[in-house]
Amino acid sequence: MRYIEPHANMVSRTTADYQAIAMAGCEALCEPAFWAGYDRASAQGFYDYYRQLTITEPARAAKFGIPHFCWLCINPKEAEDPVFAREVMSLIPEFIDKPNVLGIGEIGLNKNTKNELQIFEEHVEIAKKYDQAILIHTPHLEDKLKGTKLIVDALNNAGVDRNRVIIDHVEEHTAGHVLDNGYWAGMTLYPESKCSPARAIDILETFGMENIWMNSACDWGVSDPLAVIKCALEMKKRDHSAQTVDKVIFENPRTFLEQCPNFKI
Amino acid sequence: MPTKKDIQDLYFMDTRYKLLDVAAYLDRVDRHEGEADFRHPALIKAISAMLSPADGQTRNQAVHLAFSDHSEEPIPTAGTQGASGANPE
Repeated sequence: MRYIEPHANMVSRTTADYQAIAMAGCEALCEPAFWAGYDRASAQGFYDYYRQLTITEPARAAKFGIPHFCWLCINPKEAEDPVFAREVMSLIPEFIDKPNVLGIGEIGLNKNTKNELQIFEEHVEIAKKYDQAILIHTPHLEDKLKGTKLIVDALNNAGVDRNRVIIDHVEEHTAGHVLDNGYWAGMTLYPESKCSPARAIDILETFGMENIWMNSACDWGVSDPLAVIKCALEMKKRDHSAQTVDKVIFENPRTFLEQCPNFKI
Repeated sequence: MPTKKDIQDLYFMDTRYKLLDVAAYLDRVDRHEGEADFRHPALIKAISAMLSPADGQTRNQAVHLAFSDHSEEPIPTAGTQGASGANPE
């Protein structure tokens, strides 16, 4: 089954994972800049990380025949110090023209602080300045509802092209708000939090198959790099047609990502 | 699309298994010493919300909303980077 993995943090994964993903039918991998499980001690750490995302990881993926793309930013978990965050953000222009860069992401909020929101808005301005698409992280658990509303309000005020913004990690209480405001929505399939495959399919059946994708967001924590393809199998058990499954796991992400000039498969 | 019976055939056993896990967790908290923190009443509240969702809410949304922070303004600073799963009230 062909599919696109629109959110995978492959810097945390093994070559065995790459092999499994390739064998499962993955035709493209997209990797947002994220919190690597620890706070980096300097902006130089991000410089090295951006080199990893734009040089090392595409080369690793290519060994398994998978095109690799990435998004650039400082993630919200490390953005509480605005001085530090701006120092990191000043590195982005040097990398924005690299051939596998899709846009700005995963920006967003973590604990819904004033500083996080300020840095989020400044990232959005960078995206507008360089005419880039945006991938957005919404907060975890009890903070998700409030954070999603703050993010949508900020985006609406910024006047972005809503069709080029995807708001990730939606669940049942936030998916409608994101889609009703004209943004794309991403669902993350995690074994212990966010969405299970059964619930992700419930969301598709409730909110529709348009402007929505699924991802594994596999990283250094408990996560499954094959989550998307496993959810596709679950969709078949729920009597969704092969055409519908293909739309959700391949056509939808391709439609969004093809708005990024560097995305080619 | 699947019928209600089809959905039961697909998910009843798994859901029964998970419900027993919930019950066992509550028993486990009950029989251990010490004081439970804010997460315990939040869980009880969420279970109650699931059984009696407000008009216009699904049971799942009612659970999400029971656990969620409903304030609207950004907070001044983050006391922690992580989330606990329930809103301290």
